[in-house]
Amino acid sequence: MSAIVTEMSWRFACKLDELPVLGARVLERSDADGGNVAVFRNSEDVVFALLDKCPHKGGPLSQGIVFGERVACPLHNWSIELKSGEAVAPDVGCTKRFPVKVDGGEVFVDLG
Amino acid sequence: MSNKQKLAVIGNGMAGIRTIEELLKIAPDKYEITVFGTEPHPNYNRILLSPVLAGEQTIKDIVLNDWDWYTDNGINLITGKTITEIHRTRRELTTGSGEKYQYDRLVIATGSNPFILPIEGKGLPGVISYRDIADTEAMIDAAKIYKNAVVIGGGLLGLEAANGLKLRGMDVTVVHVMPWLMERQLDEKAGKLLQASLEAKGIRFMMQAQTEALIAGESGRVAALRFKTGEQIPADIVVMAVGIRPNTALAEKSGLQVSPRPGGIVVNDTMQTLTDARIYSVGECVNHRGMAYGLVAPLFEMAKVCANHLAEYGIGRYVGSVTSTKLKVTGVDLFSAGNFQGAASGRPEDAGLEDIILSDPMGGVYKRLVIKDNKLVGACLYGDTVDGSWYFKLLREGKNVAEIRDQLMFGESNIGDVGHEGNTRAVTMKDTDEVCGCNGVCKGTITKAIKEKGLFTLDEVRKHTKASSSCGSCTGLVEQLLMFTAGGDYSATPKMKPMCACTDSTHQNTRDAIREQKLLSVPEVMKTLGWRTTNGCSSCRPAINYYLLSTWPKEYVDDPQSRYINERAHANIQKDGTFSVIPRMWGGETTADELRRIANAVDKYKIPTVKVTGGQRIDLLGVKKEDLPAVWKDIGMPSGHAYAKALRTVKTCVGSEWCRFGTQDSTQMGKDMERAMWKMYAPHKVKFAVSGCPRNCAEAGIKDVGVIGVDSGWELYVGGNGGIKTEVAQFFVKVKTSEEVLEYTGAFIQLYREEGWYLERTVHYLARVGLDNAKQKVVEDAANRKALWERLQFALDGEPDPWFEFEKARVDTRQFIPIKPIATDTVATV
Ligand code: SRM
Ligand SMILES: Cc1cc2nc3c(=O)[nH]c(=O)nc-3n(C[C@H](O)[C@H](O)[C@H](O)COP(=O)(O)OP(=O)(O)OC[C@H]3O[C@@H](n4cnc5c(N)ncnc54)[C@H](O)[C@@H]3O)c2cc1C
Ligand code: SF4
Ligand code: FES
Repeated sequence: MSAIVTEMSWRFACKLDELPVLGARVLERSDADGGNVAVFRNSEDVVFALLDKCPHKGGPLSQGIVFGERVACPLHNWSIELKSGEAVAPDVGCTKRFPVKVDGGEVFVDLG
Repeated sequence: MSNKQKLAVIGNGMAGIRTIEELLKIAPDKYEITVFGTEPHPNYNRILLSPVLAGEQTIKDIVLNDWDWYTDNGINLITGKTITEIHRTRRELTTGSGEKYQYDRLVIATGSNPFILPIEGKGLPGVISYRDIADTEAMIDAAKIYKNAVVIGGGLLGLEAANGLKLRGMDVTVVHVMPWLMERQLDEKAGKLLQASLEAKGIRFMMQAQTEALIAGESGRVAALRFKTGEQIPADIVVMAVGIRPNTALAEKSGLQVSPRPGGIVVNDTMQTLTDARIYSVGECVNHRGMAYGLVAPLFEMAKVCANHLAEYGIGRYVGSVTSTKLKVTGVDLFSAGNFQGAASGRPEDAGLEDIILSDPMGGVYKRLVIKDNKLVGACLYGDTVDGSWYFKLLREGKNVAEIRDQLMFGESNIGDVGHEGNTRAVTMKDTDEVCGCNGVCKGTITKAIKEKGLFTLDEVRKHTKASSSCGSCTGLVEQLLMFTAGGDYSATPKMKPMCACTDSTHQNTRDAIREQKLLSVPEVMKTLGWRTTNGCSSCRPAINYYLLSTWPKEYVDDPQSRYINERAHANIQKDGTFSVIPRMWGGETTADELRRIANAVDKYKIPTVKVTGGQRIDLLGVKKEDLPAVWKDIGMPSGHAYAKALRTVKTCVGSEWCRFGTQDSTQMGKDMERAMWKMYAPHKVKFAVSGCPRNCAEAGIKDVGVIGVDSGWELYVGGNGGIKTEVAQFFVKVKTSEEVLEYTGAFIQLYREEGWYLERTVHYLARVGLDNAKQKVVEDAANRKALWERLQFALDGEPDPWFEFEKARVDTRQFIPIKPIATDTVATV
C-alpha cells in the first residue's frame, strides 16, 4: 500500500460560531492573490469554501441564499454546488473550491 | 441482490415514463424499476407522429428518452413484450411469452386503443389505425406505392392523418358522419371554415356519410369503400380514426374496477386503483372522477401526483384537468377549449351563457368566446389563434373578465400592453427574433431546446434556456412557442401550481396552513407540508418567511437568512457586488441640510455615482458593503426600502401649496401616507403617488395606490403598475378627508398583505381575486375596513428602521466585516 502525502497549508479563518447558519462570510484576499473567498455554513454545520465569484458573471456567491448543499447566486439565481463549485444543470460552469476543516470549533481553509 | 422495493410499469409510453422521470427527480434510489412495453422502441413523443407523417420531422427527432437514458438510470427495460396477466395476490406479472416478474408496486400505463368500426372488411390488409410508429410507417410506405387514401373520421387524428398523406402525394378523401369537422371541439362555423381551408389544400370531404363496408380487391388488399347509399369510392389504404378507447383489457382480466362509460381503470386522487392500493394507473387508460382524457397535459399532472405518492410524500392530489385542443396542420390555425359552443348547443344548462362572436369569413378568421357570470368558460378560435394561450389561462384561472370584456375579443395585446407579450406574435417571429429581452434568448434557441430536449413545461423552458426566467414579461410568448412547437398545451393548471420544485404545496395551501395550524417557523412549515428538501430553496424560503411575517406579526421572528441579499444587507446589490443606498425622502421632499450630508458622504466614501431615481429620490451607487453602516449613519436619513418587498416611494406633486391648479395639499398627503406605512413588508414592492389635481403630475394612475385630489376630496385608484407591463390603476373609492385616505389605503394594502401571494404585485393580486372582492371587504364593509387598518397599524407599531436599529431589525452586522485569513503551520497529512 502506498501512502498519499498531501501538503496542506491551513489558514485559520474564524470560529464556526462566527459564520451565520445557512449563510456565509467573506474571506478577504487581494486580487493579486486571486480575490475573495466565500466561506459557507449550512444547516448541518458543514462548512464549505469557494472562490467568491459565480461562474456565470462573477456574482459574489457569499451574498446568496444557502440551502441544502447549494447556494443561489444573488445576481441571476444560478445554483452552485457548495461541495464542488459546479453549477447545477442545466447551467454549466465551475468555480474554484478550497479545502476546509473544522477543528475544535475553529474553521481552517487551505488557500493553496 | 438489492433489497429495494420492486416497481413495475406496464406501458413504455408518455404517461408511464413521465411518472418515472418525476419519481427519479424526487426519490432516485427508492425502487428497482422495470418497464414493459409492447412497442420495440424507447419512449417517444406520440403527439409528434403527425409531423413525422407530414415529413416535417423524423422518428429520431421524436424520441424522448433514448436507450441510454434507461441504462443510465438503472432501469430494466423490456420492449417488444406484452404483459398478459397480473396475478395480484402473488404480485406477479406474466408476459405473452411466459416470463414472470415480481413487483411490490405496479403502475399500469397502457394508454388507449384505436376504436375500429365493426364493419365488413375492417380486417383487410391496408386498413390501418393511427396510434404508433408502426402505423405511421405503414402509412408512409403505402404513400410510396398507392394513390388513393381514405380517412374515416374527421376529428383531430383523422385530419392530421389526411394532411400527412396528402403531403406525401396521395389523393385523400375524408369520410365523416357528422355535418361538420371536429364537432367535439368546434362549432359549425369554425368547422366549415376548417373544411374550406383543408379543401384548398386538396383534401376531399364526404360529410354525413356512413360507411357500410370495405371491399377487397384482387390481391386481397382493400380496394374500395362502400357507403350506406351504395356509392363506392376507390381506397388503396383506409385509415380508421374514429376515436379511442382506454386500453383496459388487462386490468379487467385482473379484477380491477373499470368504468363501463367512458371506460378507464378507476383511480382515486392519488392515482391508486380503487381495487388494489399497490397498483397505480396513469394516462389514457385511466378513469378519474368519471373522466377519461385523451391529451397529454392531464397525463403529466397525473404522473406528478403518482410519482409523489410512490415516493411516499403523499400530499399531492390530482383533481382533474381542463384541456384545450390545437390541430397540428401547418398553415391551419385552430384552437378550442372549454364550453366552445355556448348557448348555441341548445342544452338547457347552457341557456345562461353569453357569446361574443367575431366573424370575418373573407379573412378566414372566426372567434367565439363564451362567458358565464363574468368568467370566460369557452373559446373557439379559427384563423387567428395567437391569443389561444391567453384565453386558456383566463379560463383555467376563472378570472373575472368584466373589466376587460369589451376588449377581450381583440386579444391580450390590446389590454394596454407595452411589454412584448402581445406585440410580437410567436408564430410570425423569425428564429433570430428575441423573445426574452432580459436574457437575450431568441425564438430559434427556444424552439430548438423544446424539440431537442423534449421540453414540455414553462418551467423546463425556463431552466434550459433562461427565457422568461427573469422579469416574466415574455411568459405568454414562451407558452405560445411551447404550444406551437411541442404541439399541445402543456402548462399545468396554475391554480394547482406548486410553489417550487421543493414541494407540491401551492402558495395558497401554504398561506392557509400557516394561519390554520399556527405555524411559526420556516422549518415547521416545511415539515408540516412535507417539503422534499431540507431547507427549501431560494424561491420558497423567502415566500414562507414573508407569509409567516405577515400572518403572525410580533410573534414570528424574522429569518434574515431566508431573505434575498438586498433585504439582508438593506441595500441593493449591483452587478459588480457593490451596493446602492436610497434614503427616504418623505414625499420626494428634501432639505439643504440633507443634501449637504449626502454630498459629504459621497466625498468621504468616494461614492462613484449619484443619481435621481424614477421614484423622486436620490440613489448613491457603488457603495462598498463594508461602508454601508457608516454611510447610513453619516447621511442620517431613514431607510428608503428601495431594496425590499416593502413600501418604496410615495411620489407627490407640489399641490395646492404652490401650484396654481392645486385643489389639495398633495405633498402633505403623500408625506402622511409614507410616514404611516413605511417599514411595511408586503408580497411585492408597493408604491403610492398623490397628485393635487386631475392633471396628475405625480403619475398616480400607475401606482399600487394612486390618490388624486379633487375640489370635493380625494379619489383613490388601486392596482396600477408602471413596470414590466403598464397597467392603469382602477377607480376604487372617493373620500372626503385625509384621514379617510389613510384608512382606505391602509385597509386595502393590509388585505393585499394578507391575501397576496409572494411576488404578486397588487395588479396581479386583483386580477386573481377580482376588484369587487377588494371593494366589498374595504369599501362596503366599514367594520372590516377598520379592522384591516388596525391590523396594519398593529403590525407596524414599533417596527425598527433597519439602518439604525440593527438588533431589533435582526441585521447580522458581521456581514459588513470581512475576515482576514491567518496563516497557521503547514501540516502534512498522510
Ligand atoms: C433606482 C431605480 C431606477 C432609477 O435610477 O430611477 C430602479 C432600479 C431598479 N429597479 Fe425599478 N427602479 C426605480 C424605479 C422604478 C419605477 C418608477 C417608480 O417607482 O415610480 C418602476 C415602475 C413603477 C412600478 O414599480 O410599477 C420600476 C419598475 C421595476 C420593476 C418592474 C416591476 C413590475 O411589477 O412590473 C422591477 C423588477 C421587479 O421588481 O421584479 C424593477 C427592479 C429594479 C431593480 C431592483 C433591478 C434589480 O433587481 O436589481 C433596480 C435596482 C437598482 C438599484 O440597486 O438601485 N423596477 N422601477 C428607481 C428607484 C426608485 C426609488 O426611488 O425607489
Ligand atoms: C397521431 C397522434 C397525435 C396526437 N396529438 C396530440 C396533441 O396534439 N396533443 C395532445 O395533448 N395529445 C395528442 N395525442 C394524444 C397523446 O399522444 C396521448 O394522450 C398520450 O400519448 C397518451 O399517453 P399514455 O402513456 O397514456 O399512452 P401511450 O403513449 O399510448 O403509451 C402506452 C404504451 O403502453 C404500451 N402497452 C399497452 N398495453 C401493454 C401491455 N399489456 N404490456 C406492455 N405494454 C403495453 C403501448 O404499446 C404503448 O406504447 C396524439 C396522439 C396521436 C396518436
Ligand atoms: S434600473 Fe430598472 S429599467 Fe434600468 S436597467 Fe435596472 S431594472 Fe432595468
Ligand atoms: S453572476 Fe451568478 S448567476 Fe449571474
